[in-house]
Amino acid sequence: MSNDRATSTPFTKGLGFFVVLGIALLIILGIFVSPADVNQGESVRIMYAHVPGAWLAYLAFVMTAVSSAAYLWKRTRSLTWDRIAGASAEVGVLFMGISLVTGSLWGRLTWGTYWTWDARLTTTAFLFVTYIGYLAVRGLGGTHQQRARRSAVLALLAVLEIPLVHFSVELWNTLHQEASVAGRGTDVEMNGLMLFTLFLGVVVFTLMYIWLVLHRQRSLMLEDMLDDSGLDHALSERRAEATQAGH
Amino acid sequence: MDDLGFIVASYVVTFASVALYARGVLHRSRKAARDVPRDKRPWL
Repeated sequence: MSNDRATSTPFTKGLGFFVVLGIALLIILGIFVSPADVNQGESVRIMYAHVPGAWLAYLAFVMTAVSSAAYLWKRTRSLTWDRIAGASAEVGVLFMGISLVTGSLWGRLTWGTYWTWDARLTTTAFLFVTYIGYLAVRGLGGTHQQRARRSAVLALLAVLEIPLVHFSVELWNTLHQEASVAGRGTDVEMNGLMLFTLFLGVVVFTLMYIWLVLHRQRSLMLEDMLDDSGLDHALSERRAEATQAGH
Repeated sequence: MDDLGFIVASYVVTFASVALYARGVLHRSRKAARDVPRDKRPWL
């Protein structure tokens, strides 16, 4: 019995090193080096934390849905998929929360308010609450298989909200700006260094996501093993009690 | 830089939240790993 390197491997340690290095570089470029925006001034620096956070939340929730589908498909059914789905949703909720808070701070500077019931903000808040609900459903009782089945169905329904959130800025009149990069018909007019910093932010957040999901799904596996061994232990105690009572 | 407080706050919130979550995950992992034999961990 040992807890040395509980969920770490040389790969996750190396990845962790690059994540820390990337975060340091992102902070330097985002706060000190990249230029101010012509329209938004210095407040645009919040974009380098806000936009990657939102994109990673989308990625995490899509990954949750893909893993859930892999669990539900009989040929690939394995609790590993369920644990990846759970870990990814947890990390997605974290990034979505970060995106909401940083967006709120950015909104205070550009719109003069922390919050408004704008289409993008409202649909994002709804998505956030939906995945908190998903995590709550995962925490309900039952066997690991029951947990996996019910949460997989919910994940496949919840992911349908993502297009609604993403296209809310085109479907309704909103305060929130449309996509600056990779939008439909978007003419990218971003400064090269700003674009590079944003790209770096997406890369760093993606590496962070991989590191967090790897560790979290392994810790979920350890917790599941403990649940199983606890159940086995309780059953063997009951059997022993029943045998003694019978004699 | 007039908006410095908001900008720094957004970076602090972002990376402090991730660091706290990562710390929590590693703590839970170490706690659970105490009772799981090393040969039961497929990643090792």
